[in-house]
Amino acid sequence: MNAVGNTSAPVYGIAAEFQCARDLYHAAEKIRDAGFQKWDVFSPFPIHGMDEAMGMKRSILGKLVFIGGLTGFLTAVTMEFGTSSFLYPLIVAGKPTNLFTVPAFFPVMFELTILLSAFTAVFGMLILNGLPRLNHELFNWDRFKLVTEDKFFVAIEANDPKFSSRSVSDFLESLGGTNITTIHGD
Amino acid sequence: MSNPTATAEHTEPLTAEDKQLVRPPLVLNERTMGWISTYISSIVEGKTPTWWYASMAFTVPLTLVCLALLAYLISTGVGVWGNNHPVGWAWDITNFVFWIGIGHAGTLISAILFLTRQKWRTSINRAAEAMTLFAVVCAGIYPALHVGRVWMAWFLAPVPNANAIWQNFRSPLLWDVFAVSTYFTVSVLFWYTGLIPDLATLRDRCKTKIRKFIYGVLALGWRGGNRQWRHYEMAYLILAGLSTPLVLSVHSVVSFDFATSVVPGWHTTIFPPYFVAGAIFGGFAMVLTIMIPACAIYKPLHDLVTVNHVDKMCKIILLTGSIVGYAYLMELFIAWYGANPYERAAFWYRAFGPYWWAYWSMMFCNVIAPQFFWFKFFRTHLVWVWIIVQFPNAGMWFERFVIIATTLARDFTPSAWGMFHPTWVDVCTFVGTFGLFGTLFLLFIRYLPMICMFEVKAVLPEADPHHGEAHH
Repeated sequence: MNAVGNTSAPVYGIAAEFQCARDLYHAAEKIRDAGFQKWDVFSPFPIHGMDEAMGMKRSILGKLVFIGGLTGFLTAVTMEFGTSSFLYPLIVAGKPTNLFTVPAFFPVMFELTILLSAFTAVFGMLILNGLPRLNHELFNWDRFKLVTEDKFFVAIEANDPKFSSRSVSDFLESLGGTNITTIHGD
Repeated sequence: MSNPTATAEHTEPLTAEDKQLVRPPLVLNERTMGWISTYISSIVEGKTPTWWYASMAFTVPLTLVCLALLAYLISTGVGVWGNNHPVGWAWDITNFVFWIGIGHAGTLISAILFLTRQKWRTSINRAAEAMTLFAVVCAGIYPALHVGRVWMAWFLAPVPNANAIWQNFRSPLLWDVFAVSTYFTVSVLFWYTGLIPDLATLRDRCKTKIRKFIYGVLALGWRGGNRQWRHYEMAYLILAGLSTPLVLSVHSVVSFDFATSVVPGWHTTIFPPYFVAGAIFGGFAMVLTIMIPACAIYKPLHDLVTVNHVDKMCKIILLTGSIVGYAYLMELFIAWYGANPYERAAFWYRAFGPYWWAYWSMMFCNVIAPQFFWFKFFRTHLVWVWIIVQFPNAGMWFERFVIIATTLARDFTPSAWGMFHPTWVDVCTFVGTFGLFGTLFLLFIRYLPMICMFEVKAVLPEADPHHGEAHH
């Protein structure tokens, strides 16, 4: 078995290459059934149904975005009523400054809800993904560069409770993986 | 069991019912994933082509003209533009609405077509989103600069100031500030989120250290693991869901600038939907104006941006153009039926007043010219498509000019009537914004992947995890 990275550094995990989305999908189902916890599949594009194949639940990002959107909405409410009804009521064309003016306040409420939801969606996604992170053990493996082109990979991490280098590499080979490689840190 | 109708997607024989369900492939010539990465990246990685320098030699001076005239405007005052009583909004707001409208097609392609599962959007969404950003940059110049004393523009932001006065949140002009700035910010986020996996592709293909560093930083360390994809896809879906009402709201808010006033010709409830349809109409015309030459230069792109794509975009132009035509006629009908003499006069002057030529140019370009797209011949012959879409491009500018200038030039009392004459600064600044738009687009083509590689790979038949298995 090949090894990449600094071989005296701790092992990050064992990775294998697959040739197509279908093989990766079925490999994921078997790894899930074998009870591994710390592992991932890598592909050039999101594969439909892979979350179920890996036994993962729906992303919690939607819930975070709801909180972000609510924050935006409440910011707008506070800003508009705070300044226009309390700090300096500005009477324009005899229009009310109390609650009855809410239709005119609606566009800003809407825009800030969208704005903070979008910020939460993007930055929440990056935080959940642990990005930005410019270095990673997997980048030590040159073949892994093909993951953004047309190759598919599986990596089982060494800190998985079921990890042992011999059995994992045999297991990956039995799933049809090729170029099975031990990934070391730097 | 040899059945000649078995296809790449369905290896087992098809029944008559199945055959109707098989769609034409989105990517032609059976291009592979590797080809898509290699070809799209090669546009960015290869030697800078001569046409690129030639185009830049044209657009960069225009950009400089635009910037120089903006400096002249700031240092001298808005009097260098032709705006005056009674036409206080003139080319500045015409150009603002023109450019922001163009941006809307990009968001429509990236968000609304995504939510409606229109997979053909994948090969055009990146360029269309870039076009959105650059159009909004051009649009933003005008409202920012037309305020006169630009250094006081921060008064638009609700921050505590020495006068203890706050913004009037009931004003559509302030809504516009929030709508346009939110639109720009969300468009940048959406565009960049879509770029991350493709920037990772460029990073992984880099040969030189400098490129590796730049694309490496920009790709934020993307690894393409499914534990990343699942949050990524959710973020993309949410952004699409947010952008859809956003894009509809932005042009509605822009139309509120007019509709909430009491000026005859502006004070109509039809404005928001009519503005949104017009924006999509003009925006798709601009997408085609840019994409057809880009694909003519990079010929293999015709396998990704196929005639089928162009055909579909032409149909959208035909649809939205017809909505716009309906709105024009409905405006005329309501002006007559509403029995308000000022409203009637406003529309009479639009068609037969001093700016009659602008009105009839608008009518011809937006209502008559797109009707050619009823014929498949005109939708599928790229040269014809390119010629025909120039009419909506020009017509949408005339529409905004008609709405703004003719209305203000002829309002209630004849003593307050007057004409608008653009100055050379007006003209050259506007021409300069095309230079800015072109320069930004050329930089985009040169340094970023013009086509969303990972999404195109995902619509290939072999991207389906059950590809080649018996389907149920």
